[in-house]
Amino acid sequence: MAILVLEDGAVFKGKSFGYRGIAAGEVVFNTSMTGYQEELTDPSYYGQILVSTYTQIGNVGTNPQDYESDRTYLSGFIVKEYRERPSNFRSTETLDSFMVRHRLVGMHGIDTRMLVRRIRIKGAMMGIMSSFDDTEDELKKELSKQPSLVGRDIVTEITTKEPYDFKESLWSLKGGYEEAYKKDFPLVAVYDFGIKKNILRSLVSAGLRVRVFPCTTPVDELLKDEYKGVVLSNGPGDPSALSYIIENTRELIKNNKPILGICLGHQILGLALGGKAIKLKFGHHGANQSVLNLKTRGIEITVQNHGFAIDPESLHDSVDITHVNLNDKTLEGFVHKNKPILSTQHHPEASPGPREAGYIFKEFAKLVYERK
Amino acid sequence: MSRRRDIKKIMLIGSGPIVIGQASEFDYSGTQSCKALKAEGIEVVLVNSNPATIMTDPEFADKTYIEPITPDILKKIIEAERPDALLPTMGGQTALNMAVALSDSGVLKQYGVELIGARLDTIKKAEDRELFKASMLKIGLKVPFSKYTHTKEEAMRFVREIGFPVIIRPSFTLGGTGASIAYNIEEFEDKVEYGLSVSPTHEVLLEESVLGWKEFELEMMRDRNDNCIVVCSIENFDPMGVHTGDSITIAPAQTLTDKEYQNMRDAAIKIMREIGIESGGSNIQFAVNPLNGDMVIIEMNPRVSRSSALASKATGYPIAKVATKLAIGYTLDEITNDITKNTKASFEPTIDYVVTKIPRFAFEKFPQADDTLTTQMKSVGEVMAIGRTFRESFQKALRSLESGVYGMVQRIRDEDFGTVKAREKVISGLKRPSPEQLFSIGDAFRMGFTVEDIQQYTSIDPWFLDNLQEIIGYESKIRALKGYSLSTVEAAHILRDAKKMGFSDRYIAGLLGTAEPLIRKARMNSDIKPVYKVVDTCGAEFEAYTPYLYSTYEDENESVVSQKKKVIILGSGPNRIGQGIEFDYCCVHASFALREEGYESIMLNSNPETVSTDYDTSDKLYFEPITYEDVMNIIELEKPNGVIVQFGGQTPLKLAKKLEAAGVQVLGTSPESIDIAEDRKRFRELLERLGLKQPTSLTATSVEEAIRIGNTIGFPLILRPSYVLGGRAMEIVYDNESLEEYMARAVNISEDKPVLVDKFLESATEIDVDAISDGDTVVIGGVMEHIEEAGIHSGDSACSLPPFSLSKDLINEITRQTKILAKALNVVGLINIQYAVKDNEVYVIEANPRASRTIPFVSKSIGIPLAKLATKLMVGKKLKDIGFTKEVLTDYITVKEAVLPFMKLPGVDTILGPEMKSTGEVMGIDKTFALAFAKSQLASNTVLPMNGNIFISVKDNDKMLIVPIAKRLKEFGFNIIATRGTAQILTTSGIEVRIVNKVEEGRPHIVDLIKNREIAMLINTTFGKKSIKDSYSIRRSAITYNIPYYTTIEGADAAYRAIVALKNGEITVTPIQNLYRAL
Repeated sequence: MAILVLEDGAVFKGKSFGYRGIAAGEVVFNTSMTGYQEELTDPSYYGQILVSTYTQIGNVGTNPQDYESDRTYLSGFIVKEYRERPSNFRSTETLDSFMVRHRLVGMHGIDTRMLVRRIRIKGAMMGIMSSFDDTEDELKKELSKQPSLVGRDIVTEITTKEPYDFKESLWSLKGGYEEAYKKDFPLVAVYDFGIKKNILRSLVSAGLRVRVFPCTTPVDELLKDEYKGVVLSNGPGDPSALSYIIENTRELIKNNKPILGICLGHQILGLALGGKAIKLKFGHHGANQSVLNLKTRGIEITVQNHGFAIDPESLHDSVDITHVNLNDKTLEGFVHKNKPILSTQHHPEASPGPREAGYIFKEFAKLVYERK
Repeated sequence: MSRRRDIKKIMLIGSGPIVIGQASEFDYSGTQSCKALKAEGIEVVLVNSNPATIMTDPEFADKTYIEPITPDILKKIIEAERPDALLPTMGGQTALNMAVALSDSGVLKQYGVELIGARLDTIKKAEDRELFKASMLKIGLKVPFSKYTHTKEEAMRFVREIGFPVIIRPSFTLGGTGASIAYNIEEFEDKVEYGLSVSPTHEVLLEESVLGWKEFELEMMRDRNDNCIVVCSIENFDPMGVHTGDSITIAPAQTLTDKEYQNMRDAAIKIMREIGIESGGSNIQFAVNPLNGDMVIIEMNPRVSRSSALASKATGYPIAKVATKLAIGYTLDEITNDITKNTKASFEPTIDYVVTKIPRFAFEKFPQADDTLTTQMKSVGEVMAIGRTFRESFQKALRSLESGVYGMVQRIRDEDFGTVKAREKVISGLKRPSPEQLFSIGDAFRMGFTVEDIQQYTSIDPWFLDNLQEIIGYESKIRALKGYSLSTVEAAHILRDAKKMGFSDRYIAGLLGTAEPLIRKARMNSDIKPVYKVVDTCGAEFEAYTPYLYSTYEDENESVVSQKKKVIILGSGPNRIGQGIEFDYCCVHASFALREEGYESIMLNSNPETVSTDYDTSDKLYFEPITYEDVMNIIELEKPNGVIVQFGGQTPLKLAKKLEAAGVQVLGTSPESIDIAEDRKRFRELLERLGLKQPTSLTATSVEEAIRIGNTIGFPLILRPSYVLGGRAMEIVYDNESLEEYMARAVNISEDKPVLVDKFLESATEIDVDAISDGDTVVIGGVMEHIEEAGIHSGDSACSLPPFSLSKDLINEITRQTKILAKALNVVGLINIQYAVKDNEVYVIEANPRASRTIPFVSKSIGIPLAKLATKLMVGKKLKDIGFTKEVLTDYITVKEAVLPFMKLPGVDTILGPEMKSTGEVMGIDKTFALAFAKSQLASNTVLPMNGNIFISVKDNDKMLIVPIAKRLKEFGFNIIATRGTAQILTTSGIEVRIVNKVEEGRPHIVDLIKNREIAMLINTTFGKKSIKDSYSIRRSAITYNIPYYTTIEGADAAYRAIVALKNGEITVTPIQNLYRAL
């Protein structure tokens, strides 16, 4: 048995899978039909309960390669049906066992479409799920104690404790993640706000040496000459809560460091440039979002995972908007008019999802090489 | 970027008749395309020889040419219409081939017609396997190793390099015609020879086999701005080796991780770019090695396809419509997503359910055909079902098939379980892909086989097998309820879970040894009812405005039930022989009529290949199986004012009585009247009362009774089970022996219905009449005279409207009889009556107070949409209200010709009889019968010769009749070749004849001549089992070498007249709009 109670009082009863426990968090849904392992290990989902709109999950099991970080950050995972028996040549572990190992609470057997529609209509809300015999009332009480994401700094909790160098390049069927680290590549620094590994792999594959820093690292370290560029990573939560990071970012901008911002990193850049963040009704989480590239007038099918966005109206005219979401016209990317800054709200590193926005890394590498 | 303004007039080519591999999905895409173009204000010139299509309704194009689809005819149309562009990607392989022919011959250039949707070099690169292979290698993708060959000798050499098993693919054929797999050198020799013969370029590709690999398909779209998206991913349940059209397929792909899926997606985009699809859709097929993920590209179709129709229905993304808009210059971001309204077509649909497609076969029609599934497509239709899990959608799809199964039925008898024989039977069933393989899987699980065991025998992915095992495993849980109350909490729990897994009430009832209504009652008592979810392209991320629904057993119902007047139309289910696109055509018209009359129209159907299941055909669409259970669930939710069962063929008709018994208002002719017409006894009484004649007709429930009848009324007899369509299991017998044989087989065909025994009127003329009635007034739609004599199924017989040989008096008599019969049956709507005329005497063969297969043909012929009018009558209008009170008499002749599937079914006899075998039809329209018939032959790909040798071999009864025909053929300039018996008569009549051996008379014989292409046309009529058997190889080789052949005297005579007409005059083309204007 498993039970989910939402902030608005709605109750869903299903079966539990994965780790048995109680989990609370903002309930969000993802519309991607593939890549649950990448989603589950994406730190941007920190503290959230993820609902998969696709109904049958577990089909391909899990494997040692498809990790976006070393662990799961979600508090709960809800699917229509968990499939116990995987079928994929790379699978080494069932999803259930993986979730038990990572202490991720799962629930299945509910009308997930009903749940998703509820979130779409009413907006994102908090929820609590339990695989025990808790009563609705107990859970509701527990839920009311949960902190909201708005105004909370999660990033400082989950960032890497020590700096490290990253050497893997992008995945291939034959070679997996090969090392493509060359000494003569220019070195870039990455502020880790809860980074997905595929960003790092994409940077390496774009011809860069990568060093990852805790987000608490003083900006002076990153301003050093040996770092030819800085990447502001993705990560969970509300960007407005990260004032010291925004402050550091302003320093980087002022010093003309080439900067690439992705997702949370993009929002931080936006804020550092004087923009305003807004919370979206239920966010964008999926692998099919249509984004218009204003330079090429072409469309990119992008991967998205964010609950906040930068209001384009609020941005200073020092930036040129480069990408717009075709569904709701929200801001998806910009460049600075006279500084080497690139920024995308969506995830060019994909994983899971279409890889066609990956050229962003090459564009960033170009900026870096120009400054080398 | 935006729509091109320089294109004002576009020519669209349809796919022609329904054949295996090219079915009604192209009416669906063509209709969407026509609508999209017209909405843009573009003038549409449409060419399609198939009258049973919605697209050829006069309002869907500005100029509609129901003419043969051949390069010559198309050239004439281009000459007359001067279109700016030709859109060849909506009409399947047929249209694409025509585009290539018209380009290569310079016609397009000559008239300044631009190819849009796909460029010539693109088509060639995608279609020519050698070019395609080179393109794939260029962009770093793998294809199976392969080599082309034009001779058998070369093939024998190549195969040593490639190894066995090897795939043999003839070039430029449709639906994999002639493709096969050879496992040894002996098989290889035969198959290569056959492959070379069916390829129009006498070329076959020998290809390394990736048998047993997993098969995937991606449906792609790309616009001229290089925006490229995946509309849908599809995974085949059947591994490589089974044609994708014959495979069970599932959307979305189930067993790929994101990384593997993205590799496939990236490859697909590269292919789109390399091949150069700049404004349209394509389907790309992949094979994946289950052991290491290696991927090879199998093929691509640079056009809309069967799969794209499925993908459209599976996702809600209208591929044909979008592809059309791309072809005229729009980019994906400029096209609105109809379903969400607020988002664009430039996204990738995501689905929150599982779609299963299962093909529908017609092997019951062709007992000699080999039902092994291989690289050549053999299915005639398909069903699709949607559920929230694979198990649910799979089980819904199974019962949608209407092949008498309502679940994973057990094929091995209980008492045989555990025997070695049963085990062996199951294993051989697993090893050989066939429509029955599924049920062997079920029985294998029941016998305790594991997923691994079955995977080893079938190469089916364990993920699917695991799901099937779960279904079978649940059966015992259900069975445990046997004998217990179903109203307990525990029982309700099991029932609910069973319903979630997709078990049908009927199957559950079977497991419990009880009746379906009791299961329904138990469900209602425990409030176990389905809810309906919306197909919205986006997994509920955006609000959907299109009520396209499917059922599932969950909590939230999204079907918004209106308070409007409403009618539910029951569709016709999967295409099959005897029940095809014609009925879908009628259902679509019903929907249009209801909307015009202010009713909410609600469509219920399970066939993804149709216009009826397009989300904007009706106000509401339920994509559901058409079984009593599923229909009643919707009726109980919607509470419609009425239900239309007249238009969907037998599928809904079979439900009529049960629905009425459940208190449902069946619109139009009452089920009671339908029953009178179907029930031989009651019908005979009615005819007697009305003073109408009928061939002596009796019913038999036993062999003895049948023999007694035979001896009383005399042979030949025509035998058939009651309540069937398409002449299913109908046979003419000439003696006691065959009668007994038939009865022995017939017992299994229909359990509680007797066999009908009629006197067969030999050499009679058969007449079909379609009429419409409002209960007071009856108006004739059309009187059709069959070209083949009575005894050949009306669906397989060519016919002429108006009649070409009947006297005015006879037509008047037939009209009179039709009117009194329609009135006597209180018909409100349509009625079809078949008559036989022998010695100027009219006999009623049968009456069907419902839409017939000929309704679209008649409607096209007279320019009146009969099904639409009939619908209006069913909701209370009178014929005079709608202004149709007089039969339309045309000054032109229309001929319908049947199209047969023999090419795709090696080993099947091509002889026609009372059992329907055709898959589709074409229409020829012209001023004279001879020209209209000539066009119908041309349209059905029968190229009438102008010179050469004509082979004649006829049965004794026909010997005198063939003489004048042979004489005229000789005078025309043909040489006559005949077998001894026929030659004797002809020589006696002064006709110079060359004698040829029958096959059993030694070589060289007639088949040798056919193979050497020395024969231009065959006339071969047969009588009796032996002669039919003897002449089999003649008919079969005629098919293989595509030589016109006529198996009746009437057909031969019509062919002669057509040949003369063709010689004497140029064929002209006329759009139907012009014809109708003159009426």
